[in-house]
Order: sequence, then C-alpha cells, then structure tokens
Amino acid sequence: MKNKTVKVDYLARVEGEGALHIKVKKGTVTDVKFKIFEPPRLFEGFLKGRLYSEAPDITARICGICPVAYQMSSVHAMEYAFGVKVNNQLRDLRRLLYCGEWIESHALHIYLLHAPDFLGYEDAIQLGKDHPDVVTKALKLKKIGNDLVALLGGREIHPINVRVGGFYKLPEKSEFDGLLEPLEWALQASIDTVRLTAGLPFPDYECDYECVALRNPGEYPFNEGRLVSNRGLDIAISEYETRFSEEHIKHANALHSVINGRGGYLVGPLARYNLNFDQLTPLAQDLAREAKLGEQCHNPYKSIIVRAVETVYACEEAIRIIKGYQKPGSPVVDFVPRAGIGFGCTEAPRGILYHRYRLDERGEILNAKIVPPTAQNQKAIEKDLHDVVAKFISKPEKELTWLCEQTVRNYDPCISCATHFIRLHIERE
Amino acid sequence: MAQKRKPKVAVWKFASCDGCQLSLLDCEDELLAIVEAIQIAYFPEATRAVVRGPYDLSLVEGSITTPHDAERIHQVRRSSKFLVTIGACATAGGIQALRNFKNVHEFVAGVYATPSYIETLAKSTAIADHIFVDFQLRGCPINKHQLLEVISAYLNGRKPNIPTYSVCMECKQKGLVCGLVTHGPPCLGPVTQAGCGALCPSYHRGCFGCFGPKETPNPSSLSEWWLKNGMKRDDLVRLYRSFNAYADPFRKESEAHEK
Repeated sequence: MKNKTVKVDYLARVEGEGALHIKVKKGTVTDVKFKIFEPPRLFEGFLKGRLYSEAPDITARICGICPVAYQMSSVHAMEYAFGVKVNNQLRDLRRLLYCGEWIESHALHIYLLHAPDFLGYEDAIQLGKDHPDVVTKALKLKKIGNDLVALLGGREIHPINVRVGGFYKLPEKSEFDGLLEPLEWALQASIDTVRLTAGLPFPDYECDYECVALRNPGEYPFNEGRLVSNRGLDIAISEYETRFSEEHIKHANALHSVINGRGGYLVGPLARYNLNFDQLTPLAQDLAREAKLGEQCHNPYKSIIVRAVETVYACEEAIRIIKGYQKPGSPVVDFVPRAGIGFGCTEAPRGILYHRYRLDERGEILNAKIVPPTAQNQKAIEKDLHDVVAKFISKPEKELTWLCEQTVRNYDPCISCATHFIRLHIERE
Repeated sequence: MAQKRKPKVAVWKFASCDGCQLSLLDCEDELLAIVEAIQIAYFPEATRAVVRGPYDLSLVEGSITTPHDAERIHQVRRSSKFLVTIGACATAGGIQALRNFKNVHEFVAGVYATPSYIETLAKSTAIADHIFVDFQLRGCPINKHQLLEVISAYLNGRKPNIPTYSVCMECKQKGLVCGLVTHGPPCLGPVTQAGCGALCPSYHRGCFGCFGPKETPNPSSLSEWWLKNGMKRDDLVRLYRSFNAYADPFRKESEAHEK
C-alpha cells in the first residue's frame, strides 16, 4: 500500500474551526492530528475577579450552541460552594430547560450537520431539495426545542433567566399550555427520527472506549450524579481532578483530557447511553431495541441513532415536567455567599461539562477551571481517525477524506467550546 | 435585461462562540425562504460545499485576536461587496476583549500549560478597527429578526431599519415598571441600544448591556445615579465590562471608575 496524506483544512458542519492531518507511510497510519485553530478566548483568565453571580452569563458565551450547559454547570458549582440545594419544582425546571437544549441541539446535529454525510449530500439545504419534507420536519423539531429554551430562558441563545439558586422569574403554568401540543408532535417526530436514522448505512467500525458519564438514581442524567465509567470509575464530581487531567498539545489551542494512568476516554450521547440505558423510559428503550442498538453500542457512527433516542427521552421528560408543574412561591432559594471551592458537572448535549471555582467570602472568583466535552473527546476522536483510516485505507482519496470528516462529526464537536473548525490532511509518503 | 442571479452570501467566523451565525439556522420558519432568495456560497458551519468568491454579501462573526486573523479579515473584505458584522464580538471585540484591560500573557499562562504554543494578540478588537464595514448588527447574541431585516433590506436595496435608541424605549413600549426609579436591580438600559425587546427587565433583572452603547449615550450620568444609590465602584466597573466592554463609551466609563 502506498503512502498518502489526508488533509482537510477547514472542517465543515462542526461548531468552530479545526483541521485534520493524517499521515500514512507504507500503508500504515503514522500520524493523526485533529487540530484546533479556533483562537483562544481565555475565559478562565478573565473570570478571575468576577462575581459568582456573573459566571452563568459570562460562561454561556463560551458556546452559542450549548449555553444552557454552561449556565447549569456554573450555577451548580456556585451552589456547591455555598451549600445550597435547589430541589423540587425549581430542579425540575432546570431539567426542563436542559430538555429544550437537548432537543434543539440534537435536532440540529442529526439533520443539519450529520445526516447529510450518511446520504451523500454536502449539506441539509441540498438534502432539502430532494427531501423537503424531512428538512421541514427537522426544522420544526429544532424550533420546538428552541421555543422551550426561549420560554424558560428568555431567548434561545444565551438565555438570561438562569441564576445561582434558581431563576429570575418563573413561568405561569398557563404559559406552558401552548407548548404541550407541539411537544407531543415533537415526540412523534423524534420517534420517526429513531426509525429514520436506524435505516442509514453505517460503516463497519467499533471502538472499545472507556465511556464516562453522570449517573443519578431514578433519572437519565442532566444536572447531577456521580461520574461513572464502564471500567469501574465511580467518583463524586468533586474528585474529578484527582482522576482526570489535561495535557496541552502543540497542534491544538485546546487541552486534551485523559484519565490518569489510563489515557483517553469517551463522553457524550454514546457514553451516556451505554451507562444509563436502564434509566431511559420504556418507550425510548423499546425504540432503541427496535433500532438494533443493543444496550451497549460501540459504533460511533450510530451515535446519530442514540441522539434520536435521547431526543425521544427529552420530549417525554419535558411533557412529564410540564404536566406536573405547579408554580413555586419563590423563583430562587435563599443563600449567603461564603469562601470555598465549588464543583459543577452536567451533561451538555455533547457530554460532561466540568466547572470548578474558588471563591472568596464575597463570592468573588479567585480562580476557575472549565473542561468542555470536546476537549475530553479529543483523544477518542484521534483514535477513531487512526483506526478508520487504517481500516478503510484502500478507499479513494475523496471518499476517505469525507469519511474522516464524518468520523469527527460523530462527536458533534464543539470547537468553540474546546477553544474551534477542521482541516483534514492525510499525507501519504 | 439579463436574468437576475441570486446574490452570493458568505458567513465568516473569527473569535466567537458561533451563536450569532447559529441565529441564521435558528430562523427555522424562514430558512427555506432565505435559501430561495440567496445562494449560500460559503458557510462552513452549515455546509462543506464552497462556492468561490467574490461574494455579494458577507456576514462576519467574531473579533480579531490572532496575527493570522488580522490578515485574513483583509482577504474577506477584498472578496466581499457588502460586508455586515454580526454580534458583540465583531462589533466591539466581545467578552474576550476583557484581556485588553490586562496583560494578555498572564491570561494565557493561567489557562495553558505551555503558553509558547499559543499565538495571540494583546488585544481583541472589532472588525471595523481593521477594515471598512458597511453595516454593524449589534447584540450578544444578535436578534434573529434583526438579522432577517438586514438580509431583507439588502435584497431590496434599502437601509436596514434597526433602531439605535435605548432599551428604555422598549421597556416603555412593553409597559414595564422602570427599575431605576423603583430601586430595582442595577440596569444599563438607559445607555444600551435596543434590540432584545427589553428582555431582562421583563424577567425582573436589570439590563447588562448585550447590545452595546446606544447612539449618544450618557453613561457618566447613569453611573452617578447608581453611585448615589449605594453601588460600589468595582461593581460599576464590572457592569460596564462584559460583552461590549471595549465599545468606546463603555470602555471610557469603566476606566473612569477603576481604582
């Protein structure tokens, strides 16, 4: 087998700026780089000196796709530091807000960013020319997720209603009336999405990842839980930094995460699903079985089906919360800021998002650490690229390059988060 | 007359969160109508297809923070007939312009283990600091209806109808009680440009300036009011220093109150 180079200088249909560079020497893959050239924005630096109350609005600006995740991890971290517990209806409303973000983000990724790869289209607009009904339905599903975020959060991107201890203003029960019917429609649309994605052609490839996700009794994880893995990890989120660390790699403006002594790992829909299948609703479980996913799935391309299953779950959960909603007396739990350290870890659509803050007695941030899901997946992305190129090396250049791009998109990478777009470069010497 | 071709539209990204360009994909009800009227020629977040320039309309998101981007923006300008900046990063330097008030190297060293791998400029600056910009659309994030207005105005050869008055006007239109005179939370509404629909005041919180300074603002008068009502100077500085921290009126005001 000859030498070659696969190179994509600016990866499309991902959030942010990144590139791929893969080198093949005498038929063997010798080098894989998933490069991030998103300009560094230095959030952790300028959080220093800001007040605890500003963290949700400031960190939301790390990512326009999953601002709710940043707001959730930051408020939970502050509440941890202050010893505050947000329970009952307020807790449910936070889950509801997260349902909105999952529906919106998963619909965007499944239909507009990922499905075109499986069907050989450059983008959803071209897909829409041949299948207008599919794209129209996708946009409607995405809009319902956005409407939910906008109702509870004020607007879809960078919502303004989340605060440490709860919310600024609570919706009246009647405000949700107009959303129930659309959510029932969205539930049916996501059931159809599971069936549609299950019928896509999947490359024959599996990878034995260490999957890491939150796990909390009695629910599919959004806001809290213990960090668990399929290789025996079971820790409180406050222990995250004792077991995980970040390496700064020269080719990336992002930091790569590892489990100490074990290396790369996987976060996101696939990891969540593999560790929490039993927590899904019976309907979501049945659909997963019907889609032949099994309780464990190790084909990263099938993450598109898992996203659809999670969308079903998010719609059901949203409907359940709205039906049981009774407006609480106060939008916020009382607390007094105090000095200390706070940890927050929640399930962004793309995987666990970890925040840690050290605060002084006024609640001023002394230092901050943020580990976004895409940084945690970077090693798994590079491993997939390595193995996929090795396995499909005989494919023509153009096809192999597209397959590499599709492989990265399995992760729904948010490079803005991990700092951002992809260039693929396969070098065959 | 020759048959009218669809204008070629490009979407460019610099340092940003992707939220403003996402607003285009968030126009779920209008997206298919938009692509009927224009040709999406370059929009990597949405498509791997690339149509060569020059482009009739360029939407630019993000601020300039690296030596490479400071060069790239000139290429974007050269290949664009009409160029619109979208969002607080592109129009004012964004939240990442907070580095402009400090030594950027301290920030880099605080975030990355090997600062020498990181290539970044000392300041995060607005696009208009580097090239001529035809129109600026404010907001963190932009309002998608205003984005539709800008695109529609462009297609019809007219000036976009984007008000430059303050958030206060929107508060009055919505019939909201003024927090300033009723001892509500700190509010930047009187000096901030409208566009959000007085979102925060309708959620019982003060405006924190997502849309940047309004036309002819008077922030020193507003600061005086807040100081008189017991606000601490460092909190005042923080209030002006968020997503539009480096927009001139906000920058000057925060510097005036810094110790």
